[in-house]
Amino acid sequence: MRAFRNFTGLVAPLDKNNVDTDQIIPKQFLKAVVRTGLGAGLFFSWRFGADGAEIPDFVLNQARYRGASILVAGANFGCGSSREHAVWALDDYGFRAVIAPSFADIFRNNCLKNGFLPVALEASVVRRIMDGAIEREGYRLAIDLEGQVVADEHGLRESFGIEPFYKQRLLEGLDDIGLTLAHSKEIEAYERAHPSPYPTP
Amino acid sequence: MTAKTLFEKIWDEHVVYQESGQPTLLYIDLHLIHEVTSPQAFEGLRTAGRKVRAPERTFGTLDHNVPTTDRTLPISDPESAAQVEAMQRNCPEFGIPLFALGAREQGIVHVIGPELGLTQPGMTIVCGDSHTSTHGAFGALAFGVGTSEVEHVLATQCLWQVKPKTLEIWVEGRLGPGVTAKDLILGIIGKIKTDGATGHAIEYRGPTISALSMEERMTVCNMSIEAGARAGMVSPDEKTVDYLRGRRYAPQGAAFERAAQRWLSFGTDPGARFDSSHRFQAEQFAPQVTWGTNPAMVVEVTGKVPDPKTMPDEASRAAAARALEYMGLTAGTPITEVKVDRVFIGSCTNSRLSDLKAAAAVARGRNVARGVHAMVVPGSQQVKAEAEALGLDRIFKEAGFEWRESGCSMCLGMNPDILKPQERCASTSNRNFEGRQGPGGRTHLVSPAMAAAAAVEGHFVDLRELDVKPLG
Repeated sequence: MRAFRNFTGLVAPLDKNNVDTDQIIPKQFLKAVVRTGLGAGLFFSWRFGADGAEIPDFVLNQARYRGASILVAGANFGCGSSREHAVWALDDYGFRAVIAPSFADIFRNNCLKNGFLPVALEASVVRRIMDGAIEREGYRLAIDLEGQVVADEHGLRESFGIEPFYKQRLLEGLDDIGLTLAHSKEIEAYERAHPSPYPTP
Repeated sequence: MTAKTLFEKIWDEHVVYQESGQPTLLYIDLHLIHEVTSPQAFEGLRTAGRKVRAPERTFGTLDHNVPTTDRTLPISDPESAAQVEAMQRNCPEFGIPLFALGAREQGIVHVIGPELGLTQPGMTIVCGDSHTSTHGAFGALAFGVGTSEVEHVLATQCLWQVKPKTLEIWVEGRLGPGVTAKDLILGIIGKIKTDGATGHAIEYRGPTISALSMEERMTVCNMSIEAGARAGMVSPDEKTVDYLRGRRYAPQGAAFERAAQRWLSFGTDPGARFDSSHRFQAEQFAPQVTWGTNPAMVVEVTGKVPDPKTMPDEASRAAAARALEYMGLTAGTPITEVKVDRVFIGSCTNSRLSDLKAAAAVARGRNVARGVHAMVVPGSQQVKAEAEALGLDRIFKEAGFEWRESGCSMCLGMNPDILKPQERCASTSNRNFEGRQGPGGRTHLVSPAMAAAAAVEGHFVDLRELDVKPLG
């Protein structure tokens, strides 16, 4: 997995609660058999009209947010389907982190498996960042995972929580499966005590 | 001994490795896979030269993108065909049984798991699909995972999990006539909202839940994810045991009786504590219809499209206004005046035999309204065969419904079954997100009987006003 340590980038504001994974990456993009190239489908129905042309109002289509790499959004971001394609699409488009007051569980898990940082902050802090991104052209944030701090150039400095286990994996870009297989003895012991309940084929 | 919840008993029994302050390495008893969220996982295994650790605990089906029309024809969409082919290559290569197109076991993953007796009480069950919570109806801890976790389970049969909190949803009283398990869960989500259970495993409890059939419990548990829950479960009881007796992958003979005793021991102990609790009275729920673009945007069929101005805060006012615009609805319109173009009866929420019987009871002797296109998609080939044995296919076809082959179909529209832009659909599925059933499509979630009633009337109707006799 790619490591995540420090990151500074342009912030794009998506001022909505309950952004579901069907919006992040619609079903027509789930037919891929690879993890790459999904950025083209990110927020597809919000980015493009029926004629295929960009919808100019949509935040990611505005010139000032081109090249944004941090998305700030409302509560319960990533709710709905378990599709990891949502994270692959955000990542492929160029985002490295999402900031929101809260995340849906499966989406958050999927982020943590892809070196993609979900930063949960108090709703009032998210509001400040959202307003910063709306009001100040070129508004950037620095995210320091080691210090667990998000900061801007205008005095905002807020710490965020993350489980030490996931933080370490992100910082080092560790492969989950490799780590788990280091516990093969425990898994074998468990399996000896709990044989498969199904008839062997 | 301390009183424990169903969740705690299953969790504790599946701990493989635990360090203080760290996530738990949890053993997974059953891994269900399908064609859409598994190809990248198999590719990962291949690249790393890894095997599937427990192919005997892994089962595959084709459901998400498969056509529901004539199965003897090739799949016309090349991308769907490629995903199906990948599955048909990956499963044998890694020693995993696959219920492919044409197999009598094929069907929606959350329908066939229980139907084949794969789903059993006390198990941990995962699948790369958020509606895996369905299996919790059997007193299993079942949850959806992403593709990286699918790969992790394939390689290790384990998952690192942070222990969720427990949430009790207690329901007592009697559901009124025409009020189904679907109405109950939609009503509950309407009250606790789409993130009301985030970070929690729900256990549905109380006399109303005990009185539900296994299929009704599956409908309730299925939609737990729509409240943000990690899992939804019901303590196993005699109904659970009776359902599993004689199923193909359930233990047989004396082994079954021993298993049944063990299964029943997983039930939540009297006096066990939950981290939080909600209590509901069954009589408070009427048939439900969603009006917006998430499942919590729901009203009773006797109600009206709500006015965004009446919402409590700016964010919900904006979300409601956007939802009404997307749905093409005007605040204040009675729900029963909302006309439908399409009707979809199916999905892992409502495509089991009892669902089809409820819809057929409404369809019998009636006709699909002019201008409405209605289809019934059984959850599995077994459900289809059982329904046909009861003559339900004939009732539906005579009334003007299409009768299809099994799959996820228009619940998520990955196959050709999709809405056109602005088409309005009464759907028995689980999500009414923007574009869920097709770009620009407008989805209203309802129970199977309510969907059938909308099909024959051409608009939403209070089912309780129709003269419906249950099928024998």
